[in-house]
Amino acid sequence: MIHIANGGSGEAFNVGRFLEETSPYVFASTGIGLCIGLSVLGAGWGIFVTGSSILGGGVRTPRIRTKNLISIIFCEVVAIYGVIIGIVYSAKLTAIPDAAMYTPENYFTGFALFWGGLTVGTCNLLCGVAVGITGSTAALADAADPQLFVKILIVEVFGSIMGLFGLIVGLLMTSRAPEFSAASNFLQPVASPFVH
Amino acid sequence: MEALTFNVSGGFLEAIVRGYKAGLLTSGQYNNLTQCETIEDLRTQLSATDYGNFLANEALPISTSTISERALEIMVDQFNFVRSNAVEPLTTFLDYITYGYMIDNLILLITGLIHNRDIKELIYRCHPLGLFDTMAALGAGNTPEEIYRNCLVETPLAPYFRECMSSKDIDESNIEIIRNSLYKAYLTDFHTFINTAIPGPTAENMSRILSFEADRRSINITINSFGAGLGKERRAKLYPEVGRLYPEGNNMLARAEDVEQVRQACEGVMEYKQFFDASSSGNNHPSNNTSSSANLLNGNGDDDFGGASGGVAEDLEDRFFQYEVHLNKQAFLQQFQYSVFYAYFKLKEQEIRSVTWIAECIAQENRERIHDFIPIF
Repeated sequence: MIHIANGGSGEAFNVGRFLEETSPYVFASTGIGLCIGLSVLGAGWGIFVTGSSILGGGVRTPRIRTKNLISIIFCEVVAIYGVIIGIVYSAKLTAIPDAAMYTPENYFTGFALFWGGLTVGTCNLLCGVAVGITGSTAALADAADPQLFVKILIVEVFGSIMGLFGLIVGLLMTSRAPEFSAASNFLQPVASPFVH
Repeated sequence: MEALTFNVSGGFLEAIVRGYKAGLLTSGQYNNLTQCETIEDLRTQLSATDYGNFLANEALPISTSTISERALEIMVDQFNFVRSNAVEPLTTFLDYITYGYMIDNLILLITGLIHNRDIKELIYRCHPLGLFDTMAALGAGNTPEEIYRNCLVETPLAPYFRECMSSKDIDESNIEIIRNSLYKAYLTDFHTFINTAIPGPTAENMSRILSFEADRRSINITINSFGAGLGKERRAKLYPEVGRLYPEGNNMLARAEDVEQVRQACEGVMEYKQFFDASSSGNNHPSNNTSSSANLLNGNGDDDFGGASGGVAEDLEDRFFQYEVHLNKQAFLQQFQYSVFYAYFKLKEQEIRSVTWIAECIAQENRERIHDFIPIF
């Protein structure tokens, strides 16, 4: 595809054909992979941002380390969101024969899982970064003045709610998508005319 | 965007330095220190602070110089800890901090050598952050060129020193010129480094601090040159080419012939105007008739430059110190940037000066002036 586009004949690439020929499994699996991958990236990013500040701040004020673990937990929750959605999505993957694959329902499931996974993953990535940065600030603020901890924690809580939005929308997007199922008239599958 | 990646290399150390900063003496602790009757009391009070038992092993009549030496040791330990844990670009940033001390040490050595002092003894008196390997070789040279070849060519000061190679001989009169042209090159180089290597919030904050440092030098050079026989042409060459006074204010400073004209040159910058406003308004605080090296306690806010009568230059120096502390404190208001490292070590240095001042006052039983230090928090 990249080869065609770079060769100066991008019009030869047929988007519709590409979407129809690509197996719904590809979309579904990529979606699940993006979902958990981006979520873990976000969580990891947040944890290192917060963690390095807690480690440094804890040298002089060791009291912050237990309290500020809550920031780490907030980041970790973001990864758990990704895991939950990943599990829910992968429940829709069932093995069916290739010939019975290309039904409208299966296309829908494939696309829904792909875009649902991307939604959840992106939400969680940005949520994790946001929580991580506020968590780092919370740790340093707590080290400087213990009264500030609760106030900044509120900011952090609102940040972590954003990941929950992604989780909810991701669930809703696939709530109508059935499991992959074989076409009913198995002998004459509604295959794409482009599949050879 | 710095928030995304800063903590990869700088997060741990930034938090450490913020921890150090939380250990700086507060006004309450300063109050306790000023209540002390003897140095012994002072030691007890200090052991309750972050200084801990740093004087525990000293023989009992503790001199004030011992206190400042031990306190400086603590600061140097902290610096070395940070330095050894740092990665680029923080490593270079911290190195730049030491260059300032190296310049001071170099000037100290040259001055000492002119007066035929022993170089070993001089090196012992140097600031520990500004030591460099070839210091002992300095004694072999008398002209700038020899000094450059014997001692400086391997050090980071070499490019700065090239500017001062023009003069044939070194004597009392041009030591200050050498110091100032070194500082000019240093500040310009530091400023360039900040703006090219670590742009963003670090550059913003550091520019503010370095600009003030540069302007302070320009103003001091001008005021000190009155009656010192330094030509206007040569004077103008010593002004750093960074700072908020550059270029227009510097041009006016170059033409200035008395303090009033210096004041006019600084009028373009709101903050600097206040230094002169307060000092020219004179005897607002008749009770406070000292002009000490650190005469600033009557301002409880950062922008309250409470006035005291006295020599204009000394008075200005106090305000400069106070404004420097103010700027350094401001650097801590922003996270994910490197200027906290610079600011912390400058604040710590100021604190050591203050503690030494208090100890000095106690030792000399000069209790009226014990409050004339610069509090930080």
